[in-house]
Amino acid sequence: METIIREGSAKTPYVSLDGEKGLIEIKGRSIPENSVEFYKPLIDWLERYSSNPLENTNVNIQLEYFNTSSSKCILDMLKKLELLFKKGNKIQVNWYYEEDDEDMFEAGEDYQSIITIPFTMIEMEE
Amino acid sequence: MAFDLNQWYFQKISGDIIYKYSGTVSSEKITESLNEVENSLRTSKVKFQKRKKVYNVLVECIQNLHHHADTPPLSAEVDIVPKFGIFVIAKDHSFYRISTGNFLKTERLIGIEDRLKMINSLSDEDLVVVYRDILNNEESTSKSTGLGLLDMIRKTGNKLEYYIYVHDDKYSFLSLDVYIS
Repeated sequence: METIIREGSAKTPYVSLDGEKGLIEIKGRSIPENSVEFYKPLIDWLERYSSNPLENTNVNIQLEYFNTSSSKCILDMLKKLELLFKKGNKIQVNWYYEEDDEDMFEAGEDYQSIITIPFTMIEMEE
Repeated sequence: MAFDLNQWYFQKISGDIIYKYSGTVSSEKITESLNEVENSLRTSKVKFQKRKKVYNVLVECIQNLHHHADTPPLSAEVDIVPKFGIFVIAKDHSFYRISTGNFLKTERLIGIEDRLKMINSLSDEDLVVVYRDILNNEESTSKSTGLGLLDMIRKTGNKLEYYIYVHDDKYSFLSLDVYIS
């Protein structure tokens, strides 16, 4: 299973999709005008990973900013992972947010209310 | 009385201006504007939480222009360029204000006006319910998720102040003010 690494830019996050470790990381800011274009290869990777996943998959999401079009794409990724979870695979999503960042906390709550996979909110000190 | 864009613009540039722009709202312009506003807010020592709110709302406001603004009609006294929009970020007393303006074909306005009215009528609790429902159930396109306006109200806690001016028989001008307290 190949690993995809995308370095972060002014509008797109650092992304690491590591099929050998079962580790997915998204960090930084995700505010592209066309989020669908950015996230489609990542969702396609998840589709391929789902056909032969590791027993444990960990997901770390640590976003500073993200726009509403990215929020949909991130949900699409989480829904792919939810399917894996429902098949009996172990999935853990860690949602990091900065202390006092109520908007990012609420965004995590939005996903928690929609997705039925282990989802932990982790506050980081400034 | 006919809509006077210069008068509208003059009103919007009142207060302490952080950034203003009029022209094509291209992807490159968005990057440049966000960078300048972020630096300006950082150097003015605005609190982290408010700085993030202003930035987040600004992203939605100007990407909204990028996706939805029409080319102005030839009769408009502005540059006739695609994705024409105006945006102003100002500090009005204790508020930050983001004002946007853009021309739209009037035939497209009915749906937009209904949506703005509906969104502004929602309670805080209903806003969350509707937001999550759209996030979970509606198909997004490369242009729109249907969440941007809802997100602005959720993040600011303030209703959207909008006004639609008739420009001529085919075009209108949509003015939007978002206040961040």
